Amino acid sequence: MLRFGRNKNKNVQVHVPDGFFNAPTSVATGLIAAGAVGFSLQRANRELRETGPALAGLTAAFVFAVQMVNFPVGAGTSGHLLGGALAAALVGPWTAVLVMSTVLLVQGLLFADGGLTALGTNITLMGLITVLVGYFLTRALLKVLPRRVGSVVPAATVGALVSVPVAALAFTGLYSIGGAVDIPLGKLATAMVGWHVLVGIGEAVITAAVLSAVVATRPDLVYAARHLQQDLVLVDADGNTSTVSPDRPIAAKPAGRSLGVGIAVTLLVAGGLSLFASAHPDGLEFVGAKLGFEGAAKNSAVAGSPLADYGVHGIGNAQVSGALAGIIGVLVTIVVGLAIAKLASLRANKAS
Amino acid sequence: MSGDGLLVAVDSPVHRVPAQVKLVALFVFVLAVVSTPAAIFWAFGLYAVMLVAAVVVAKLPATVVSRRLAVETPFIVFALLLPFVATGPQVDVLGLHLSQSGVLGAWNVLAKGTLGVIAAILLSATTAPRELLAGLERLRLPATLVAILSFMVRYLSVVSDDLHRMRVARESRGYTGGRVGHLKAVAGGVGALFVRSFERGERVHLAMRSRGYTGRMPLLSVSGATRTQWLEGLTISLTAVAIAVAARVVSL
Amino acid sequence: MSGPAIQVERLVFAYPDGRQALFGVDFTVERGERVALLGPNGAGKTTLVLHLNGILGSVAGGTGSGRIQIGGTGLHREHLTEIRRKVGLVFQDPDDQLFMPTVRDDVAFGPANLGLRGSELDDRVHEALVQVGMQDHADLAPHHLSFGQRRRVAVATVLAMRPEVLVLDEPSSNLDPAARRELADILAGLDVTLLMITHDLPYALQLCERSLLMDSGRIVADGKTRDLLGDADLMAAHRLELPYGFDPLSVPGPERS
Repeated sequence: MLRFGRNKNKNVQVHVPDGFFNAPTSVATGLIAAGAVGFSLQRANRELRETGPALAGLTAAFVFAVQMVNFPVGAGTSGHLLGGALAAALVGPWTAVLVMSTVLLVQGLLFADGGLTALGTNITLMGLITVLVGYFLTRALLKVLPRRVGSVVPAATVGALVSVPVAALAFTGLYSIGGAVDIPLGKLATAMVGWHVLVGIGEAVITAAVLSAVVATRPDLVYAARHLQQDLVLVDADGNTSTVSPDRPIAAKPAGRSLGVGIAVTLLVAGGLSLFASAHPDGLEFVGAKLGFEGAAKNSAVAGSPLADYGVHGIGNAQVSGALAGIIGVLVTIVVGLAIAKLASLRANKAS
Repeated sequence: MSGDGLLVAVDSPVHRVPAQVKLVALFVFVLAVVSTPAAIFWAFGLYAVMLVAAVVVAKLPATVVSRRLAVETPFIVFALLLPFVATGPQVDVLGLHLSQSGVLGAWNVLAKGTLGVIAAILLSATTAPRELLAGLERLRLPATLVAILSFMVRYLSVVSDDLHRMRVARESRGYTGGRVGHLKAVAGGVGALFVRSFERGERVHLAMRSRGYTGRMPLLSVSGATRTQWLEGLTISLTAVAIAVAARVVSL
Repeated sequence: MSGPAIQVERLVFAYPDGRQALFGVDFTVERGERVALLGPNGAGKTTLVLHLNGILGSVAGGTGSGRIQIGGTGLHREHLTEIRRKVGLVFQDPDDQLFMPTVRDDVAFGPANLGLRGSELDDRVHEALVQVGMQDHADLAPHHLSFGQRRRVAVATVLAMRPEVLVLDEPSSNLDPAARRELADILAGLDVTLLMITHDLPYALQLCERSLLMDSGRIVADGKTRDLLGDADLMAAHRLELPYGFDPLSVPGPERS
């Protein structure tokens, strides 16, 4: 039950737009995404040098094209492949993070799909969480499944199935932190996860079929299963045979430059911390009080009846104090983080 | 999908603004919009007026802009649900029990989302993909990422055409879609598409190495933007920041 | 440096997936020669030419053995840059070769890797584009060009490197008759050693005096193109067929008397 849509309007992609989450959440997820991309660049560095950026670019073009394949979820709506778990199984987690980020960047910049300030959120949800959940679940399952390349199919299927609802759960989590409106989180979580289990089934089915097709024709291309490949037999001009091991995958080792990794990790931590900070109402109120917004925040808590009054004064003030506090918190975290990274690199230089 | 993105190839003052300026302008503008309190309605009116003016100056057909707005649909649905599910004080409108914060929240998502999408359309419709890449390069996006982006943009149309040809081939042999049994055929086709894309990636890398590639891509951008270009390009965004600040002050 | 343009000895190679493609290949091409490489699909022709500039083979870390010399220089890791400048490879699918955003960027890619900058680079790009008649399309994106134009730009990307040996993989495939002839005119006018994989036997006869016939990863015949094409038994044994009504003895070739 698959449809290919060439019609752009049919292929509505669920990207978080600008303004869906408040500014601190956008900035925080932006930091997480930047950190994750930086870290992945470091980890994928050797691989990219060996296989070239063209391969990653082509994989990104592939994911983009495949995201246009819709499958019905129910109630007249359709989902499409996210491709995070699939890309991770095919090209490895770090390249996959880069690939998914590239896809989202191109969708945002070339096709105005997904907001620029929401890019961090979209990368975190669709480029980072689906890839990492999918990949590490796949590798964990490969440890218990029979040791052959074909085992990657069921393993990645489960990885894909789980990765989508987890991303949905993460979306709910972000909403609880930075959503503009209070809605019952239990309801939202149930609806999101329930819905995305269905999407996940579609994701799993396609991931399984794609991977079994690749395993059948070019098993050497499946990154997640490269360690399960068999040795090769060579025959020379005189008919002598010899056995050689196939090209080993390049071990994904961090490539020396500690400064880059340091900054990347710092950004990740800074993003996580500021998310936590903006989630923590006490912290916000504390900063708000320091800045003299205490009264305003109190007002909003007791404000009651007429819509106009509540809207203009209460929400406005609460948001101002919240947003300001968030932004200041984020900026402070960045500065502290960068300072730590700088110190760490100085110390590393001294040591070497 | 063509490799040109949404580009509308005409000449206009907006088209001529350097890409890095437009990227920064878009980001600043959207950030200003996002941090404007939802209840300050006049601010959103001003943003909209400025964007419409920019669309007119850029000579973009209204149909292009409106058609592309469809990407927002899922969030319009979400926004319309908000007044019914959000908690807090209720208000009666035409006999419906709506949440006050939900109504404001719906407006918040709709207004900010729509403005963001229109601003993004303005960028993508007035900037050729190559210029965008050069702009990102000038803004110090890591070179590896620029390279991956550049290859993706280049091969978008090639891979999409492959996908399209495979669909035509399948439909020519009687496949019409609709039966679960065919799922495997389609997904198998997608598998073949990956192998094709991957092998093309390998060949491209061979072609690059054949011409002396050693790990460093040549720079795309040639010259930076002048101070005047920065000022001109950022006019709307800086005005938006002023409006956002004013909106905050008013709401205090 | 002296020595033949290409010298290949006992070349063996297997792909990472275990498929062996070359089973001991030997041949020599002298400077200024134009040689066609003929053979059925899967004979190993493309695999062979990818060895000539060290893309495949043991020098690239692959599984294989044998010896290759280009213009007297052995193919070793330390000479790779030099060899890749000398051997220009034009791929079968121009989309594989044209990977940059515009024609100009793409033609400049090779010379820029050789260290050319500024006006020197611009001149080199212009010169190469003029050689294939594409100077008016420099600022277009590859997907805006016709297939024949993309093939010509692909040749220009390699000519911009000023190669000593030009290696083409099926240059006439998928071209309409006029584009095929235009490309032949361009190739005939170049002053380089030429090695050309092709299934287009009249094209081979028109451009190359000598031909190598390859099958199952080995060279099975080496001689004058006209003689090879005229040997009906040899042709049939290796799945080669002349177009209907084409007689290799009745048309003029590149031989100069």
